[in-house]
Amino acid sequence: MTAVSPQVKNNKARSPKLGLRAVSFIYILIMVIIPVAVIVQDGFHEGVDEFWHQITLPIAAHAIMLTLWTSALMTIINGVMGLATAFVLVRYNFPGKSILNALIDLPLAIPTLVTGVMLVILYGPQQVLGQFLDQELGFQVIFAPPGIVIALLFITFPFVVRTIQPVLLDLDRQQEQAAATLGARSTTIFRRIIFPALALPTFSGSLLSFARAVGEFGAVVIVAGNIPLKSQTAAVYVLGAVESENRLAASAVSIVLIAVSLTVMLFTNYVLKRRQI
Amino acid sequence: MTIAEKLIARRKRKGLGGRILIPIVVLYVAFLVIAPITALISGALQNGLPAALNVFNAPELWQSLQLSVQIALAVVVIQVVLGTATAWVIVRHNFRGKAIFNGIIDIPFAISPVVVGYMLLLVFGRNGPLNPILQALDIRVAFAVPGIFLATLFVSLPFMIREMIPVIQNLDRVQELAATTLGANRWTTFWRIIFPPLRTALIYGVALTMARAMGEFGAVLVIGGGVQGRTATTTLYIFHALEERQYVEAYTAAILLGLSSVLIVSVADWIRHRSEH
Repeated sequence: MTAVSPQVKNNKARSPKLGLRAVSFIYILIMVIIPVAVIVQDGFHEGVDEFWHQITLPIAAHAIMLTLWTSALMTIINGVMGLATAFVLVRYNFPGKSILNALIDLPLAIPTLVTGVMLVILYGPQQVLGQFLDQELGFQVIFAPPGIVIALLFITFPFVVRTIQPVLLDLDRQQEQAAATLGARSTTIFRRIIFPALALPTFSGSLLSFARAVGEFGAVVIVAGNIPLKSQTAAVYVLGAVESENRLAASAVSIVLIAVSLTVMLFTNYVLKRRQI
Repeated sequence: MTIAEKLIARRKRKGLGGRILIPIVVLYVAFLVIAPITALISGALQNGLPAALNVFNAPELWQSLQLSVQIALAVVVIQVVLGTATAWVIVRHNFRGKAIFNGIIDIPFAISPVVVGYMLLLVFGRNGPLNPILQALDIRVAFAVPGIFLATLFVSLPFMIREMIPVIQNLDRVQELAATTLGANRWTTFWRIIFPPLRTALIYGVALTMARAMGEFGAVLVIGGGVQGRTATTTLYIFHALEERQYVEAYTAAILLGLSSVLIVSVADWIRHRSEH
């Protein structure tokens, strides 16, 4: 009897633990794994050739390429400006700094559809700024790629700034002081001491913003509209395919979108983990 | 002040950053964030304040707002219970494939909202694998409120879990052991020892989930179909108003939605700051 009782006690302690684990497994299984599995199965159920055919159709291929290049351009601008913004916020004091700091997080809270609406009003062809850009400079923003890039910049702005900021705050100032005492110019200090420390957060924040941008829909559909071969992104293409019940096209392009974002995200996490060890 | 600090301080006032970097960043944020917000407000007021306020008399707006809030609250309840349970399992339990499980949690971040809606259509729609069960139970998911609910649940899944993981990691297990040794049962240990340090993160997670849920558009558009009044959330209301060229309605509703999201996140931010000091 004495030999049995510890085991009984042990079982009692284990059952709620297993129950909790089972609940969270089932939750993630139903919510994430099954839907992704169904879409992958659906996209490939007529074979790899058909999948390839669907994503290389001119309109689909153009939508995918447009999504990739606008996201890439946004990532570069976001990387540079995010680094500059984080640097200014951490290293300089100026009036209105706390307001600037609060503004960074605003895009995280504002729904993307609202972002799209805001940009259409600002750059729309009937508006002052939009009219000026279009007629004086011949630069069309709305229903064109520049609008997509601006929308993506707005949405992902906090990503890079907020990844760099904590690293910059923790950065050891003594190295910079030593370099300054030894006569290094500020550009040299930035290039040799500050930038190497910030390269990884800049890189990972930028890549995460890319992963986020590739799938962006709400802001883009409003700003870019739905003009095939001109301003139709991959996510908007999927919407059109779903609405016209073109299941193969919708599934194939969806798989491309998931694959691109997921690869970029996993790669970023992998690089971050390896650098930490 | 050491010589080195003085050198740095002098650079801080005079260097490259002070003169060039700050104005660039301030202009960038003004152009990217402030200008669109100002445009939205002026757009809503283009026919005067009474016209904008008149929008609030439309019952469709209130119905959509009510539906958005109801769905967001239901999503929040599920995320609080199952999200916290999942975070707990990830931190406290050891099992095979834990790293993969942990990675899967972030998948909703990487999937385009349109693709989310489409995936759920595939799983729960007419030809979906679950259709026989749903028909037997007489439950309509696609193009109905349950579908909108599931889509919103999917896109907001990682927020609560990612918010809770670090605070659960920081819990002091010695206190839990002490409570158990002193004869406290599981319930008492949970409410008196485990819950209090998690409260702030919980509030923040609720706010992020709520803001994300109220602002979801792409996934809801695909699965909800959007018959005005019946399955229209606030984002769908704005989208339909834009399509019908009822601009003042769209812009005013967009301000209302954006403002509520920002307010929810700001209140949570304030609570977090207060508890930190």
